[in-house]
Amino acid sequence: MISLFVGVIDITPSELFSGNPEQAEIFLISRLPRLLGILCTGVGMSVAGLIMQQLCMNKFVSPTTGATISSAQFGILLALLFLPGSTLWSRAIFAFAAAILGTWIFVWFIQRIQFKDVVMVPLVGIMFGNVIGGVTNYLAYKYEMTQALSSWLTGHFSLVLRGRYELVYLVVPLVILAFVFANHFNIVGMGREFSKNLGVHYNLVLFAGLTIAAMITASVVVVVGSISYIGLIVPNVVAMFKGDKIRGTLVDTALFGAIFVLVCDMIARVVIMPYELPIELIIGILGSILFIGLLLYRLKHGRKAVRLGSAGTGGCACAANSLDGGGDS
Amino acid sequence: MIIKDLTKKYDGKAVVDSVSFEIPKGNVISLIGPNGAGKSTVMGIISRLIARDAGLVTFDGTDISKWKSKELSKRLAILTQSNHVQMKLTVRELVSFGRFPYSGGRLTEEDTAYVDKAIEYMELQEFEDRFIDELSGGQRQRAYIAMVIAQDTEYVLLDEPTNNLDIYHATNMMKIVRRLCDELGKTVILVLHEINYAAFYSDYICAFVDGKIAKFGTVAEVMTKETLSDIYRVDFEIMEISGKPLSIYY
Repeated sequence: MISLFVGVIDITPSELFSGNPEQAEIFLISRLPRLLGILCTGVGMSVAGLIMQQLCMNKFVSPTTGATISSAQFGILLALLFLPGSTLWSRAIFAFAAAILGTWIFVWFIQRIQFKDVVMVPLVGIMFGNVIGGVTNYLAYKYEMTQALSSWLTGHFSLVLRGRYELVYLVVPLVILAFVFANHFNIVGMGREFSKNLGVHYNLVLFAGLTIAAMITASVVVVVGSISYIGLIVPNVVAMFKGDKIRGTLVDTALFGAIFVLVCDMIARVVIMPYELPIELIIGILGSILFIGLLLYRLKHGRKAVRLGSAGTGGCACAANSLDGGGDS
Repeated sequence: MIIKDLTKKYDGKAVVDSVSFEIPKGNVISLIGPNGAGKSTVMGIISRLIARDAGLVTFDGTDISKWKSKELSKRLAILTQSNHVQMKLTVRELVSFGRFPYSGGRLTEEDTAYVDKAIEYMELQEFEDRFIDELSGGQRQRAYIAMVIAQDTEYVLLDEPTNNLDIYHATNMMKIVRRLCDELGKTVILVLHEINYAAFYSDYICAFVDGKIAKFGTVAEVMTKETLSDIYRVDFEIMEISGKPLSIYY
């Protein structure tokens, strides 16, 4: 895994240079920030997804299906509305607050309802996210903000330039924080009673973990925009092979997320050169194919009926998610 | 551990109604009774999982609500039925969680030794790298017990440990409960539905009816035709097998 990661990093700059023989300046202003932005996005979104899945005890919860992304977008809109001359940082603060609040409300809600069915939780999340998205769109139309907002609705890296992307570095300390508390998240993921038995404060860890996940998501959304699939797919793919012990899978999840976004970004840039497709599109296509492929592989080689069940629900969540994406575009 | 005037109400109805008893240390104590008699709620309250409405639960001279959660989890372990088994953790990772109150997740050499011993004691060596969701019900239950052993507590509380297990695995589970007490010197409190398991493997039985204690005493004291008929409202016969009173109901 690490060798592959290093390999990609080594290759990318040289590719960039040969593609742009002009000067190193472009590299420094645009290419390097872009690469770092991509890495932070991949790492951040997949780790945020991993944390949310563990804490909610549901494999289909992610920043997309847990209303975090739409809440962050709502926060950005509020910032644009109330502080027209807002800087990146003030927008970020609004996005942080909204993302954290939205995620808390969602989790509080699913805890109150206590769904028996694993599919219900992400479906409620998608609905909740769409409600927030609807309000966002309504406000955007009303105040003629659609243009300004659209850059945050679909994720892309073309605007990641020096001076307006550094916020995404916040992902790094947050991911480290997540690693430090990995065991706490794991224990909380085993349930309230299990946590209490081991002397872990369930609610505190739950909401602290969600806060971390929401802040990671928000810092990515503010810089890059909505990148939906990674938080769902990457942790699931890694867990299929490596299990659910966060200490063991966090690094793999982060690396795989980074590579995945990097590959998607390169495809997005190459397909219709010299133009660029939004990365969201590539991730959506590649991600769904990858996920369905893995589920089919699991079905064929699966050893237990439980796998069959989760595969079926996975299909539903995927379908719902792509429908959701279709509605947006 | 002393329980005094314990009361718990749901929607104004007392499911546990001023229950008082003392848990004799170093014994196996079974809580039995019909559904809804309050035995699981009592178990939940004395293990601090459920908040009580009134009464005292004194553990080592201090009320359990005054104990630090982490300290209490070094002295008292509880295993409920609602354990999340979809999680892909290996047996060893699960058992290692038992050391969490001591080391907070960073295992010292001493912790690893405890984990090794617990896995060995539950004869799980060959499964230790398998994911718990791939194990059979009996093996998984043993993995959870191994975690509790690694937790190294004086008190072990088990909520219906034989639930969903077949006769072979349920009986083995009861033998393990007995060994926890006899070999490791733990006080084991368990909620049971099968009266005969309670009779054969425990030292004391506490029988609940309608949120109150109907009878608390040694196995011989509780396992009488009259007491059991009163509690369960069906006809009972008591037979003696290997020196233990076992019951037949019809």
